[in-house]
Amino acid sequence: MEDILIPKNTSDALALNRPIIEDTEYTTLNLGPTHPATHGIFQNILKMDGEKIVSGEQTIGYIHRAFEKIAERRPFYQITTLTDRMNYCSSPINNMGWHMTVEKLLGVKVPKRAEYIRVIMMELARISDHIICNSILGVDTGAYSGFLYVFQEREKIYEIYEEMCGARLTTNMGRIGGMERDLSPTAIAKIKDLIYNSLPKAWAEFEKLFNRNRIFVDRIVNVGPITGERALEYGFTGPNLRAAGVDYDVRVMEPYSSYQDFEFDIPVGHNGDTYDRFMVRNQEIWESIKIIRQALENLPEGPFYANENHYYLPPKHDVYKNMEALIYHFKIVMGEIDAPAGEIYHAVEGGNGELGFYLVSDGGRAPYRLHFRRPSFIYYQAYPEMCKGVSISDAIVILSSLNVIAGELDA
Amino acid sequence: MNNQQIAEDIVIKFGENAHSFEEPWGLLTFTTNRQHIISLLEYLKQHETFRFNFLTDLTGIHLPDNQGAEFGVIYHLHSLENNVRIRIKVFLSKDDIHIPTATTVWPTANWMERESYDFFGILFDAHPNLIRILNIEDMDYFPLRKEYALEDATREDKIDALFGR
Repeated sequence: MEDILIPKNTSDALALNRPIIEDTEYTTLNLGPTHPATHGIFQNILKMDGEKIVSGEQTIGYIHRAFEKIAERRPFYQITTLTDRMNYCSSPINNMGWHMTVEKLLGVKVPKRAEYIRVIMMELARISDHIICNSILGVDTGAYSGFLYVFQEREKIYEIYEEMCGARLTTNMGRIGGMERDLSPTAIAKIKDLIYNSLPKAWAEFEKLFNRNRIFVDRIVNVGPITGERALEYGFTGPNLRAAGVDYDVRVMEPYSSYQDFEFDIPVGHNGDTYDRFMVRNQEIWESIKIIRQALENLPEGPFYANENHYYLPPKHDVYKNMEALIYHFKIVMGEIDAPAGEIYHAVEGGNGELGFYLVSDGGRAPYRLHFRRPSFIYYQAYPEMCKGVSISDAIVILSSLNVIAGELDA
Repeated sequence: MNNQQIAEDIVIKFGENAHSFEEPWGLLTFTTNRQHIISLLEYLKQHETFRFNFLTDLTGIHLPDNQGAEFGVIYHLHSLENNVRIRIKVFLSKDDIHIPTATTVWPTANWMERESYDFFGILFDAHPNLIRILNIEDMDYFPLRKEYALEDATREDKIDALFGR
C-alpha cells in the first residue's frame, strides 16, 4: 500500500495531490587526471547520481608535445623518433607506418625481405599492445595474476626489439628504405621460441583463466556496448570497431608491406561491449602469431634495405673508405636531402586502429605539414556516451578496454 | 566505381562548386567552398553507390603565401563498402576563417574540429563546444600557424650560401 502514495512521476504526483520529491542531487567527481585506474593522464569530470554516471566531461592534452609542429622543422628520418612516442605500447607499428609514408612519397620500392621483417616486427608489436590491454583489463577487474603471467611474454618481445634496434620502448626501428639491420640468428631464435613455445602456452593459459571465468565475464559482459553504426559515426577503427561487428582492417582493405601474402582471419564481435573487445583482442593475438609463423617460414632471401643512396644511410665501414658513401652519409645526417613535393595519406593498422599519416611536402627537407590521424584521439570522444548510466567501476573497465594510450591521444 | 565516376557525379551535382580535381597517388582530391561543404559531405554520405560513410580525418593547413585562401580544411572520407578514399579541401581567407561544422554529419568531427581550431584558429560555425582541446585554455595564439617558426637553436652558424642555397 505504501508505495502507491509515493509519486513516481509528475502526473502521479498531480493525481495523488502530493508534492514531487526531487531526489536528483548530483555530485561532481573528478576521475583523474592522475588516477591509478586510468593508466595515463586522463581527466573525466563526472556528474554522478549516486553511483551512476549521468554525464562526463573530458579534458585531454596533459602530455601534448606538439609533434606536428616539431615535425615541420625536422628532416624526415628524425620524425621517426616522434612517432615512437605516440602509441608507446606498439611503437614499431608507428615507426614502420612513418617509413612507409615517406617511401610512398619518395617512390622507394622496399625489398621483399625488408617487408617481411617489418611484418614480423609489426605483428610482435600488436601482440605486445594487446597483451597490455587485455591483461590490464584483468587487473582493473581484480585479477592480477594473469597480468603478471603474460607480462613475461611481453618482456620477451621487448628483448626481440632490443636485438633488432637496441631499444625497448621507444624503438626508432627501421629506416626509410628498409631495416637498419637484418634479422640476426639470435633474433630468429628468440622469435621462434616466442611464437612456437612460450607465447601460445601462456596465452592459452591466460584465456583459460579469463574467457569463461564467471566472475570476470559477469563483470564485463554488456558493459559499455556500442553499435556498429554508432561506432562508425564516432570514427572507431581497429579492434574496438571490429568488436562492434564491422570487419574493417587496413591490413586487408589496403594491404601494405606485403600483407596480401599472408593468410589470416579478422575476428569480429557482435555487441561491441567490453567482453567483445576483450575477445577480439585475444583472437587477434592468435592471428598475429599465425602471420609471424608464415612470415618466418617464407622469409625471402636478399637485401634488407632498398638501394637508395639518397635516403638510406650507407654502412659505416663504407663511410670510412668510400668517398661516395661519405658524401651521402654527410648529406643524410645533416638533413640536406630534399624530398619531392606531394601530398600523401598513408594508413596502417595500428595497435588500436587506423593510424594515418597525412603528409604535405613542399619539396623541402622537412614536411610542410604533417598530421597524425591518431585512432585513440578520435574514438576517445565516444567515452562519455559509452559510460552514461553505468557505475564508476564499469567506467574504469570501459576505459581500460578501449585501450586509450595517453601518448597517442595527446600527440 | 572509380575516381573518374565519382568526379563526374560530383561535377554533375555540384557544378563549378567542386573544382581542381587531381589524383595524387591515386587519391581523388578536389576543392570546394564553405557554402557547399556540408551539403557535399551529406550527399557523399547518403549516396546509394558511393556510401562515403566514414570520416577518416579532418585537419587544417596554413598557407600564408596563398593570397585570399590562407587556411585550408582538409577532409578525408572513406567508403568502407567500396574501399575508396577521397580528399576534400576547403580554403578560407585569413580575414574570415569561418566554416560550418561537420558535427551535424559525423559526431566524430567534434574533436577533430576542436583540434583544428586549437592549432590554426579555424572557426567552425555552430560547433557544439568550440574550445581548445590539446593546448591550455588561456593560450592566446594558434601555434601551428606558419608565423610561429620553430627556432633551430643548434644551427645558428649555418650560412645558406655555404651550402649552395
